Parts: sequence; C-alpha cells; structure tokens
Amino acid sequence: MPPAAAGIAAELTGFRREMLRFAVLQLRDQASAEDAVQEAMLAALQGADRFGERAKLRTWVFSILKNKIVDIIRRRIREPSYQEPEEEIDESDFDPLFTANGHWQRDARPADWGDPEKCFENQRFWAVFDSCLNHLPAATARVFMMREMLGLETGEICEELSMSSNNCWVILHRARMGLRLCLEQKWFANGDRAC
Amino acid sequence: MVRERRSGLLMNCKEAIRLMSEEMDRDLAGSDRFALRLHKLICVGCRNYHKQLTFLRQACQQPLAADDITPPPPI
Repeated sequence: MPPAAAGIAAELTGFRREMLRFAVLQLRDQASAEDAVQEAMLAALQGADRFGERAKLRTWVFSILKNKIVDIIRRRIREPSYQEPEEEIDESDFDPLFTANGHWQRDARPADWGDPEKCFENQRFWAVFDSCLNHLPAATARVFMMREMLGLETGEICEELSMSSNNCWVILHRARMGLRLCLEQKWFANGDRAC
Repeated sequence: MVRERRSGLLMNCKEAIRLMSEEMDRDLAGSDRFALRLHKLICVGCRNYHKQLTFLRQACQQPLAADDITPPPPI
C-alpha cells in the first residue's frame, strides 16, 4: 500500500463507527450496514490519491456511503416480498395532544428545549435519539431518513418508493410528530435539557 | 388539493404543524405561509414546535456536517 493510501486508510478507520451508526439506523440490519460501510471505505481508498484534506475525505466517504445505502434500499424495494409503505402512524394517534378544536392541550404544548444543539456533544443524548428513531415504524422511518439523513428531495423519494407526494408529506409529518414527542418525553422532560 | 381549513386566521395548531412540516419539504403557497406566520405569532407551543423541527433536521445531519469535529476514537 502506498504511504498516501495507508494514511487515508487510518483516517477512514476513524470514521468507521459513525458510518456504521449512520447505516444501521437507516437499514435496520447490521449485516447490510457493515457491507455498505466496507464498500464505501474501499471506494474511498481506491480514490485516495485525490484527497489531501481530511475534512474533504470525510464528506466524500459519507457521500459514497449515502449512495450505497440508496442502492440497498432500491434493491430491497424491488424484492418480490416488498410491500409499498403503508401509513403506519395514524394521525389519530396524536389526538390526545389536542383539544377538540385542534389546539394543544395545556400539558401537551411543545416545550422550549433551550439550546438543544448543546446535546450534540452528549453521548447519552445520541443513545436516546437513536432509540427514538428506532421506535418509528419501519416504512415511516425509511421515508424520514431518506429525506433527513440521505438528503433526498421528496420527489426523488416518491419515485424510489412509488408513492404520491402527498403520501410522502403525510408520512414525513407523522414521523416528525413522533420523533419530537419521543425526544420531549424521553430526554427534554427529564431535566437533561441543559446537556 | 382541498384542505379543511376555513381561513388563515382560524388556523389551529394541528393544521399549523402539518404546514410547518410540509414547509420543510416544499414551497408553501403564499396564503399558507402568511397564515402560518400569523399563527406562530400568537402560539408559543407552535413556535416551540417549529424550533424543534429545525433541531431534528440539524440532528439528523450531524454525522454529515461534522467536518470540523474530531470523531471519537474507534472502540
């Protein structure tokens, strides 16, 4: 291995854990996540001579990983056993949060989370965050993460998953409602909000 | 698409948070954007909700945006 590639390999190893978390959250399967990460690292290594800066390497390897994840999702939805995502979260699941005329119940009114960005440095926050994501039903989570983690436009998601834009917006809305409620209950209401 | 809403000023929180979510994924019609702004002016719960949505997006993009952060050493 040429010295440049050896250096890059070491840098890549440093990103491995984060890449794995990123892939596992989205694929919900350790084995395919490992595959995606390995393929992304190999692809990055093969193009190693083009990268001098560590920051760019990181951005680059994550963009390769995103493409690998999209490929895997694409393959999954072409399997005969694949079923089009249903609306797994029912809008009425959230009815207890609202009064009859559609305003927040006093005790359900979203709280001020303060400076939640401070939580990014807190490992315990990420454990709660990941568990809230994992609690979203599978198809809902897939649409949400394709939008927010892979950064796809809703048009692209609709095309990949053969669903209508309206259905896509509805699912994204319910995913966000579920996720923020989970974080509020499991983290921000527990006096941890100072992070 | 036909919505249930009666008029901008009467938008309730349920309607407001649905539009807030859609605004993260598409451009809203001017009238919806205006009604949403009005609603947020008078509703602290929905203002908080909006901030929470922005935070969710930021949190999801953390692994991608963290170029300036040294990753923790591998286990």
